[in-house]
Amino acid sequence: MSTTTFRKHLDLDPATVRKARSLARKAGRPIVRLARSHTTVSIERAVLRLAGLQGADPEGTPWVNRLVEAVCSTTGLEHGVALPVWDALLREESDDLLTLAQKAAAGSVSFRLPEGPAARRAMRAARRAVSAGIKRIDQRRHERERLIKRLGDPPQRPWIYLIVATGDIYEDIPQAQAAAREGADVIAVIRSTGQSLLDYVPEGATREGYAGTYATQENFRLMRAALDEVSKELRRYVRLTNYASGLCMPEIATLAGLERLDMMLNDSMYGILFRDINPIRTFVDQRFSRQVHARAGIIINTGEDNYLTTADAVEAAHTVTVSQLLNEYFAKEAGLEDWQLGLGHAFEIDPDRPESFRLELAHALLARELFPKAPLKWMPPTRHMTGDIFRGYLLDAFFNLAGVLTGQQILLVGMMTEAVVTPWLSDRDLALQNVRYVVNACGNLHEDFRPEPNGFIAQRARQVLAEAIDLLERICDEGLLQAIADGTFGLMKRPPDGGKGVDGVAAKSPMYYNPASEILEEAGK
Amino acid sequence: MSVPQVSERSIVRPYGDSTGDGMVQLSFTLPIPHDKRAEGAALQLAAKMGIDPAMVVHAKAMGPDFTFFIVYGRVNHLVDLSQVEVVEREYPLLTPKEANLAIRKRLRRRLVVVGACIGSDAHTVGIDAILNVKGYAGEKGLEYYREIKVINLGAQVPIPDLIARARREQADAILVSQVVTQRDAHIKGTRELAKALREAYAGEQRPLLVVGGPRFHESMTAELGVDRIFGRGTTPREVASYLVHAIVSEPARA
Repeated sequence: MSTTTFRKHLDLDPATVRKARSLARKAGRPIVRLARSHTTVSIERAVLRLAGLQGADPEGTPWVNRLVEAVCSTTGLEHGVALPVWDALLREESDDLLTLAQKAAAGSVSFRLPEGPAARRAMRAARRAVSAGIKRIDQRRHERERLIKRLGDPPQRPWIYLIVATGDIYEDIPQAQAAAREGADVIAVIRSTGQSLLDYVPEGATREGYAGTYATQENFRLMRAALDEVSKELRRYVRLTNYASGLCMPEIATLAGLERLDMMLNDSMYGILFRDINPIRTFVDQRFSRQVHARAGIIINTGEDNYLTTADAVEAAHTVTVSQLLNEYFAKEAGLEDWQLGLGHAFEIDPDRPESFRLELAHALLARELFPKAPLKWMPPTRHMTGDIFRGYLLDAFFNLAGVLTGQQILLVGMMTEAVVTPWLSDRDLALQNVRYVVNACGNLHEDFRPEPNGFIAQRARQVLAEAIDLLERICDEGLLQAIADGTFGLMKRPPDGGKGVDGVAAKSPMYYNPASEILEEAGK
Repeated sequence: MSVPQVSERSIVRPYGDSTGDGMVQLSFTLPIPHDKRAEGAALQLAAKMGIDPAMVVHAKAMGPDFTFFIVYGRVNHLVDLSQVEVVEREYPLLTPKEANLAIRKRLRRRLVVVGACIGSDAHTVGIDAILNVKGYAGEKGLEYYREIKVINLGAQVPIPDLIARARREQADAILVSQVVTQRDAHIKGTRELAKALREAYAGEQRPLLVVGGPRFHESMTAELGVDRIFGRGTTPREVASYLVHAIVSEPARA
């Protein structure tokens, strides 16, 4: 297994790399300005969650939704909910947030936007309440650090990342524990189809989902507790992953922080391109979510692999690089550090193409060397998995080999039954055998792997980087929102005023106050 | 699909390395620990499947409670080719590329699809699985097809709004999904929509009306007044292929 440090092979020109980064910064900066000057209903609900508001009404609508709706219908979204809510509490409209939410839902609370001393009092009270939630996130982070110190990280790189997705949290738990015992270092619980388009986070433990399990605070808690148990047994800290994406991204990021999840899928453009969520809503939600992840010590996983499931993996290779650079800029701007950037890429080149493996190596090395300190997430083939499980098993082995050779750090285990069934117990076992064989057989093979400085691999990597720079220049000229509207990424055209969740976005007023953002921004300085 | 004429005989057996040897391979998992008894259990299962003699060529414990087997053996069943029945889909299943090409060549403009969940149904899982690029079961949704213009109106769309939008977009097809329904609301809602659509387009060529959802039966089209019903497990490609067949391949519709 690979135990020694990965050395660089490509000899990328530092000036070119710097140029790529500065173009990404230039393209991303207007988006950050946009994100700072807007808020969304989900960010406001996340503020209430940090202040401790939980639970749902008898119809299952969370109280945070009911309270935000009630406030927005009187004082609007543009000022944020903190001032009106804590003003109402101070005016003794209710004793606590839950009672206030219940009364507000019944229409018996009058909200106003406080001014002067009343506004200052409300700000102080709101900040105190939200600080408690942030403190809890801090405690959870320290808890993780202690556990890792005591139990240890996986002995090898790449970390082995496995998915469970039964739809029933009580089925997921034994499957996740079994997967950890079989060697998984990271467990991801796939969400139910369509959760990303729900504008609320379901409550409680759930036993029914479509091709996945709902992300809820209680499901997070149950799974983390189960993995803590198995971590102790295995003397190795097993990480838990979920998805901070879709319309409730900020809230799910917050719940992940509160329940000590360790990694979160959190791409800057996935929701826009693949779920047709409004671009502005996505970028605004994104920034807040990433600030929370930064605070919580969560590693984010970005979703560049998805572009290659729609576009050709060779022709569109540079769009992956561009997206990685943008994701890196947005992540760092939000306070995430290099070790938290699980930038994504994938093994998706058509296996019938001559020299496909050489091309894969070039792309994988480029990502590795462009982001030397980031734990890259290496995604297995899906597009060219045909149902021929034997061929698929071979392809997965080559995927594993490319991962080991190019020093990938988080390896999502490919299943030979991809596109056939959700993984069976035996599929997972066979897939892990495949990984173990390649990892053991190769050992520190990367030490001996030295592509020719001007050979096929190095040239291809340089070509992809050059194409990425061209595209970034174009994006800088026309603006990222326009580029997205034109269908630059993954071939999807998404105009800035279209998409789902556009109603839940507002430009902040001068009176806007959000104690969570205030605390998170302070930390980022 | 039809059965190819491979031989004169209508009786065949699986082929391992010589004609008539009947050899098959299979793999499965039993929820029991790996020991002698487990291998016996695997052989018993193989025998009941008609594999005799069977060989457990590989058995491996997967954790304390499961065992994985690979079994080879001679199956004693015969395949009678004259008895093979094939259910024909009335249209060919196209790849996205083929579908795009057919639309481009024969329709010479993009095919317009308006999708929605109607009535009280807030569950867009079904329509999103078919329309979103993300797709379903490893297949990309209709948005992925360059030659299909998709307008997804989302959940709880009133019928008049849906029809108005279809008219404005000059839709070729309306796709409606109903996932969660109570007291046959999906039936009532669909009938209402079909009726409203006919009235709105009286005397003109109306868009194709396609509904889908796990509670529908694919044979209910006439009863509901729709052109096509898709049931549970339908993938985007099937829907796209159908649309190409019904809109592009057929010249006109009353």
